[in-house]
Amino acid sequence: MELDFSPVWAGIPQLLQGALVTVEITAAALLLGCVLGLLVGIGRLNPKNRIVYGLCTADVAVIRGTPLLVQLFILFFGLPQFGILLPAFVCGVLGLGIYSGAYVSEIVRGAIQSIDRGQMEAARSIGMSSGMAMRTVILPQAVVRMIPPLGNEFIALIKNSALVSLLTIHDVMHEGQKIISVSYRSLEVYLAIAVVYFVLTGLTTLALRRIELRLRAGGMVQ
Amino acid sequence: MTATDATTTTGAAAGPLVRVRGLRKAYGAHVVLNGIDFDVQPSQVVVVIGPSGSGKSTFLRCCNGLEQPQGGRIDICGRTLVDEGRVLPERELNALREEVGMVFQSFNLFPHLSVMDNVTLGPRKLHGVPRARAEAEARALLDKVGLGHKAEAMPASLSGGQKQRVAIARALAMKPRVMLFDEPTSALDPELVGEVLQVMKLLAREGMTMIVVTHEMDFAREVGDVVVVMDGGGIIEAGPPATIFTRPTQERTRSFLQAVLTRA
Repeated sequence: MELDFSPVWAGIPQLLQGALVTVEITAAALLLGCVLGLLVGIGRLNPKNRIVYGLCTADVAVIRGTPLLVQLFILFFGLPQFGILLPAFVCGVLGLGIYSGAYVSEIVRGAIQSIDRGQMEAARSIGMSSGMAMRTVILPQAVVRMIPPLGNEFIALIKNSALVSLLTIHDVMHEGQKIISVSYRSLEVYLAIAVVYFVLTGLTTLALRRIELRLRAGGMVQ
Repeated sequence: MTATDATTTTGAAAGPLVRVRGLRKAYGAHVVLNGIDFDVQPSQVVVVIGPSGSGKSTFLRCCNGLEQPQGGRIDICGRTLVDEGRVLPERELNALREEVGMVFQSFNLFPHLSVMDNVTLGPRKLHGVPRARAEAEARALLDKVGLGHKAEAMPASLSGGQKQRVAIARALAMKPRVMLFDEPTSALDPELVGEVLQVMKLLAREGMTMIVVTHEMDFAREVGDVVVVMDGGGIIEAGPPATIFTRPTQERTRSFLQAVLTRA
């Protein structure tokens, strides 16, 4: 048995095209995940607000408690039964974004709660509303603490995005499988796909590291 | 004897700036404040002393709504902050807090902002003061607390005493009518206590109305117009420092003072 990478070399434009789709879908999902995570995380800060707290807690429980693949299939294959026919790309972004949002919300909540209570009290004591105190005093400090765990989450998201190939989305995984279906070179092509994901996650790690160092250099960390 | 009796004798014509009646607070079955009556006249410096756990800090924190009492009433700066559990609406509470400065034991400076930004944040965000004017005013305040040269520094690079003086400047930037000090020197190394007390004395001389919770008995004696002794969630005695420190009427005051004055 010998390895033959010629289908990989020939398929590079196709794989890169797929990698671009992977990047697009991950970036969109990441944005959605961060927005959702921020809202849900803040919604879970105050158990006294029972409706908001209850909804956000239920969201985290359901989304974290069921497989991403099942959630994606519900969006793509399940919703059409109710006449809701979303494009595959939208299903992918929604599915990944909602899934990621649940995890991001716990990162957001943890980081906010790790900020000393005295910070909120000091901000309130000069007359700030809780919203303004959150925006100007708490979140800028919490964001720095969110970056390392968010890095983990972003990397998980990039890798999880491979599942959207099952929704007929032409991401790098899907493109690779198309190459395999005509070349029968599974090992070589899957190795190439693995390299693409490794490069994407590596670049993400480096970018976050730079952001964190810059924030620290700016004196954002005690 | 209650604090009301003691303070009305020194009262100014304008009436009290802070008026507390029957203040009660409990955490579950644990009673923290057990019916406090208390007046502070404009420009008065009231020093609250007493053993830890006596409710001093809780009382102070009730005065700007950081804690909510279950019973009693607080009128402060012309507003009814709380009346039998009903607190001012959020918006008015925020407006009131602009007039009631607070200094914390643990400073609570904003660590992500420079000293200058710590001081200007409130005026800029809440009073809409343009940056240039806010910074000019902040510089004057920092000079006043002896830290004009630290305007660009980050809080992490300051000593405890410097941090607390910035915290005082930050509170003063809102142009408060009353300043609350919650054990402002308790977290400081002994050699740094003096510089903070010096600033507080300056404020007192300028006529700032102040309520100070502290263990600094010399400060109480020297600067206080009224000394209030708390124990077990109530005021056990109040009066001019000369009376409290030399001729206390209550046995509990005597034993507390003996304990703190004969330490070391």
